[in-house]
Amino acid sequence: MKTKRNAQLLQGNQACSLGALDAGVRFYAGYPITPSTEIAEFMAEELPKVGGKFIQMEDEIAGIGAVVGAALTGTKALTATSGPGFSLMQEIIGFAAMTEVPCVIVNVQRMGPSTGGPTSPAQADIMQARWGTHGDHPVIALSPGSVLEAYTLTIKAVNFSEKYRVPVIFLLDEVIGHLREKVVLPELNELEIIDRKRPTVSPEQYKPYAVDESGIPAMADFGQGYHWHVTGLNHDETGGPTGKADVINQQLSRLFHKLDQYRDEITLYQTFDVEDAEYLLISFGCSTRSSLAAVELLRNEGIKVGLLQLQTIWPFPDHVIKDFTKNKKGVFVVEMNDGQLCLEVERTIGNRDLLSRINKINGELITPQEIIDKVKEVAL
Amino acid sequence: MQTTTNIENLFRLNRLPHIWCPGCGNGIIVNAVQKAIYESGLDKDKTVIVSGIGCSSRATGYMNFDTLHTAHGRAITFATGIKLARPELNVIVLTGDGDCAAIGGNHLIHAARRNIDLNVIMFNNSIYGMTGGQFSPMTPHGRLATTSPYGNLERTFDICKLAECAGASYVGRSTVYHVQLLVNLIKKAIENKGFSFVEAISICPISYGRRNKLGDAPKMLEWLKEHAVNIKAAQKMEPEKLKDKFLIGEMYHGEAPEYTQLYDELIAKLQKGAEKDVR
Ligand SMILES: Cc1ncc(C[n+]2csc(CCOP(=O)(O)OP(=O)(O)O)c2C)c(N)n1
Ligand code: SF4
Repeated sequence: MKTKRNAQLLQGNQACSLGALDAGVRFYAGYPITPSTEIAEFMAEELPKVGGKFIQMEDEIAGIGAVVGAALTGTKALTATSGPGFSLMQEIIGFAAMTEVPCVIVNVQRMGPSTGGPTSPAQADIMQARWGTHGDHPVIALSPGSVLEAYTLTIKAVNFSEKYRVPVIFLLDEVIGHLREKVVLPELNELEIIDRKRPTVSPEQYKPYAVDESGIPAMADFGQGYHWHVTGLNHDETGGPTGKADVINQQLSRLFHKLDQYRDEITLYQTFDVEDAEYLLISFGCSTRSSLAAVELLRNEGIKVGLLQLQTIWPFPDHVIKDFTKNKKGVFVVEMNDGQLCLEVERTIGNRDLLSRINKINGELITPQEIIDKVKEVAL
Repeated sequence: MQTTTNIENLFRLNRLPHIWCPGCGNGIIVNAVQKAIYESGLDKDKTVIVSGIGCSSRATGYMNFDTLHTAHGRAITFATGIKLARPELNVIVLTGDGDCAAIGGNHLIHAARRNIDLNVIMFNNSIYGMTGGQFSPMTPHGRLATTSPYGNLERTFDICKLAECAGASYVGRSTVYHVQLLVNLIKKAIENKGFSFVEAISICPISYGRRNKLGDAPKMLEWLKEHAVNIKAAQKMEPEKLKDKFLIGEMYHGEAPEYTQLYDELIAKLQKGAEKDVR
């Protein structure tokens, strides 16, 4: 019997685009930039076929603006970019966080700062994904380590944005974005697809930012007669601007902490050979792959190493880090930047002596041998 | 369908009083917009008002529709997303001269070029009101502002010509003195299926008038009355007589394909006879 989903050779950026379509994304607005452009090209071709909309905007600010506008009409919307464009989007990512409009921003990371290395990989937007826009705010960031994950985690990204009404940053990197791998995608009917909660009350009773115990307000689509107001100003339950300190405090406290009760659901990770490990590698994205190769080679030499791959970067999975670093003789954070994720690991485990950094910032991949050398330095 | 029998229903009366200074022109423009919406018989449920940041952009908070108060300069981008995602919605953008012609200038020209069916009403008070009176791209040469303490060295845009050249299919200009004309232009803009731009020349007695010794609000209105010339009348006037005047009225009305309609036609073409998706 012919199944719908045969094995196929897919590029990471294509897999991400397919994941978006299968998750129900029907709107894309953006501005071309290497190494993310394949996503725009895919969307330009495929979206109109399924009744969706693609628009190439005049810059990335316009791209994210249009995405938030479309999302307000009840459409699942996504944009894709890389470093320079991601920087331009920051103000409106904050707007989406403040107004709680679901949207997904794919950032296929390249070398920075500035124009940096347009075609060279890096994983150096970790902190920008968390704190790129001004002010405290909630955000989710996911990072895939394979082409298949580019597909499955994009679906998660869309689902999370809908369920929790937050912008979700999808941190691809140049390597995974341009990598081609053989994948067998899950059947469509096996996928869990989440849509935002819509109001069940009449427009007269609707309070756009009132919540039940879920902490996530129900969201009316523009054009359905709810006549609600959306503003980036401090606002009360009705959505109208307010200057009352107690109301602001209450609304912002809810906003900043609305993901707390969902931490376990949001935290995605994989482990490899951790059961008996004396040493632990922590990595994400493309560096997971070198780390995994290093684990295998080190184990052949009798050194008991395991790997924790973080797929959810933000909110930072403190509890997972604490669990897996317990009783280890050494912990190594492997990442293509100057040690950004490592800062969080350090904060979490509070023991600097246990930690080593394995970083590379020259646009070349971290090799398994470099990881092996570092581990041996500590272990032997 | 929600058509409105009472124009008061178009306001969020519980949000009043508004934040604007006494004598500000913003209220007059908002009234003109509401009157145009009312007289055009737009379905209230299917009408979305989008604004940027500035005194003028606070208008959306007082209007009883789905309303979106966005980021400085970016209203047109959000509006583009709304209109493209749901072409059946009427989308009106309220924006200031700084919002629209400075930080948002790029979005203005590109939305005009696409001829996407948005109705942009630019409140032109010749100044950055909200931030206390810095010069904008619409502050006349020589005028005083907090950031042009020796007189503005820059020139202004003719924003209507800019919109027309960029591809807008409907362009009009009026003032807060010529309210009936303003209402009529906004109605025509709403009627036009394409990108429509209306410049509403306003007064800001507090952050602009006072510093430039232009008198109080009635005096500023009088100035508008005396210096505005209808474009039709101007055609019969000697150039000499128009020297210190500006034109109001319908500046341009043309035909051009509308973007969201083209997109819907594309979808229909691709879906007609297209094989079922077999990914
Ligand atoms: C990105 C950004 N830059 C600057 C500001 C500060 N700011 C707020 S309103 C404004 C100017 C408003 O002038 P205009 O658009 O003419 O509107 P008006 O207040 O005169 O109605 C400025 C510069 C801002 N809010 N955001
Ligand atoms: S500062 Fe000027 S534009 Fe702003 S409310 Fe006051 S009068 Fe109106």
